[in-house]
Amino acid sequence: MNKNNLTQVKEENWDLVIKPQSHLLDINFRDIWSYRDLLYMFVKRSIITMYKQTVLGPLWFFIQPVLTMLVYIVVFGGIAKISTDGMPQPLFYMSGIIFWNYFASCLSGTSNTFRGNASIFGKVYFPRLIMPLSTIVSNFIKFLIQSAMLIIVFVYYYFFTSANIYPHWELIWVIPIMLLVMAFMGLSFGMILSAMTTKYRDLSFLMGFIVQLLMYATPVIYPMSLLEGKYSTFIWYNPMAHIIEGVKYIILGSGQFNVSGLVYSIIFTFIIFIIGIIIFNKTEKDFIDTV
Amino acid sequence: MTNTVIKIENLSKLYRLGEVGTGSLREDINRWWTTTIRGEEDPYAQIGHVNDQSEQAEIGEYIWALRDVNLEVQEGEVLGIIGKNGAGKSTLLKLLSQVTSPTTGVVKTKGRLATLLEVGTGFHPEMTGRENIFMNGTIMGMRRLEIARKLDEIVEFAGVAKYMDTPVKRYSSGMRVRLGFAVAAFLEPEILVVDEVLAVGDAEFQKKAIGKMKDVSQGEGRTVLFVSHNMNSIRSLCSRGLLLENGTVKFVGEVDSIISSYLSLNSEIINNLLSPDVQRNGSGEMRFTNIYFKNNESKVVDQIISGDYLEIHIELEKYSDIDFTKLIFSILFRDNGGNTVLQFVTDEMEVTIEKIDLKGKVIIKIPNIWLRGNNYNLAIRLNKDGITGQKFVVDEINNATVLRVIEGDIWNIGRSNRPGAFAVIPSEISIMNDND
Repeated sequence: MNKNNLTQVKEENWDLVIKPQSHLLDINFRDIWSYRDLLYMFVKRSIITMYKQTVLGPLWFFIQPVLTMLVYIVVFGGIAKISTDGMPQPLFYMSGIIFWNYFASCLSGTSNTFRGNASIFGKVYFPRLIMPLSTIVSNFIKFLIQSAMLIIVFVYYYFFTSANIYPHWELIWVIPIMLLVMAFMGLSFGMILSAMTTKYRDLSFLMGFIVQLLMYATPVIYPMSLLEGKYSTFIWYNPMAHIIEGVKYIILGSGQFNVSGLVYSIIFTFIIFIIGIIIFNKTEKDFIDTV
Repeated sequence: MTNTVIKIENLSKLYRLGEVGTGSLREDINRWWTTTIRGEEDPYAQIGHVNDQSEQAEIGEYIWALRDVNLEVQEGEVLGIIGKNGAGKSTLLKLLSQVTSPTTGVVKTKGRLATLLEVGTGFHPEMTGRENIFMNGTIMGMRRLEIARKLDEIVEFAGVAKYMDTPVKRYSSGMRVRLGFAVAAFLEPEILVVDEVLAVGDAEFQKKAIGKMKDVSQGEGRTVLFVSHNMNSIRSLCSRGLLLENGTVKFVGEVDSIISSYLSLNSEIINNLLSPDVQRNGSGEMRFTNIYFKNNESKVVDQIISGDYLEIHIELEKYSDIDFTKLIFSILFRDNGGNTVLQFVTDEMEVTIEKIDLKGKVIIKIPNIWLRGNNYNLAIRLNKDGITGQKFVVDEINNATVLRVIEGDIWNIGRSNRPGAFAVIPSEISIMNDND
């Protein structure tokens, strides 16, 4: 199984070699694959324990985005009077919230990988990447449940009102790609942050603030068309902006779909993913000594 | 031909002591520069010295928790790892279980390796017993199908069949431990590394757990590495032992001699001189100056396993003339309540006492110390003129020293006796049907 042992071929046929250093970009896919059942169990665990001992139980999946939407309608739509590009406010905010939440929960979920699981990591070995992967999968399930509500709101406005909704059905296949980009971007940033919080704990205090700030730098509660001049250039470099704006373009027909922006997001995610893996690999080896 | 399944070469682990605070980022960059870019040795590794915990650690100091450990374990061997707290046992286990990575050195293993540093890792209190079996099993690397196949056996072994669909938070702590151990017991790895998890649970469960470990090691021929403070479990399970001290291997070898070196290692401080200030009575022609214990290998110890050979050495000095033929020496073993549970008095044993010029020695040899596991205060006394009364005391010390007796496996059943009572005497009991 290990290349380095080819030099000492005779009778030395080890299954496992524990060494101080490994390659920076070493993802042991076979190892991860052999632990796929653990991934399944972690996802199951987080889903079934999420709302245990709450009165409303799984209803919270729906209540949270609805409450957020109501707040946005009052604050941003009602008081601040921020434009929704002519879209019905509930639909505009709901689509933004649900897609943004998927990214945000992937990011904050994985950023807690090392500290939140120190007790397990300190006792048993398994490919550590299983943990953040399970976070993005279980959040995806949450996303699917919540998007059912988005569909209901969409169906209401599309069929029963005269709102000007012109979905670009021909681009619907882009949505899964966008979800994948969001998942991996959240995962990558989360991995970097979780690795850094093991040493510099200050970051865990910053986490909530960072997510909040990122949301305002992304066209979740406002359309991109609202921005002018240096703000629009600035926001162009936010890889999440193209995703959220693109989603609204595809399902509502508002805003703009920027192919070069999407390509930029994909390349950005790829690079940040590589960096994330390197940092994560370096940390997982002996973070237990510093945490 | 023997088959080496674990090979440890020059294994070391460096730990940083004290607060990892300011300056660590700078050091990180410096280390990264020298090791990764320039390919030199870690500049901070040289600061560390051997793990001696008696010294006060300075902030930011580095210490070798494990230093140049070399070991080979053969297939089917049951190796007991012992050592004082901080000797490096846990570090060795952590390295073997890949929880953390070594600073230098390599560990190579053959076959599936499972480490049991804790039972029930990953248990979630909100999930049911059944769900937690799957959770814990998959964490330890089992497939779900595999667990499903063994589920009935696991549930039966844990004895929690009735509560399979109850959340684990409603379990007693004993039930949780049983469930956790049961999953681990059916892991069926080629190499099993076990920490002192057996120290938990009630006596009955401990017996079951030890029995299972015996089955695994002897019956199924698997390799087991077992870390414990319990010398009985080590003695009854293991064929070979490894003694760690200050992060280095002190001895590897036959388990009994390892245990006896461990017990003597534990008691370096106990060559306790009886200073003149110690509370004592008597006329003072002679004084006790020292008391200590030796085991069957003539090593100084301060604890002994119930049933083992014990020597008590007492040194004394003469200050003025006294009639030696009429001296009486007595030693009393007292429990915490002050009850005398055992005594030796030389006049009733008709011991002849040699003339002492300046310094003398009393040696008491006990082939088997049949005391139960407990701490015993030793009182020693010297009387003159052949009378044991208070007025004829030459020297008397009531709390001369403490003898720690550890419960032994007197009945040869692989576990310690139940605590209680003072003495235990080898005997045989038959319970049978009376046909006549």
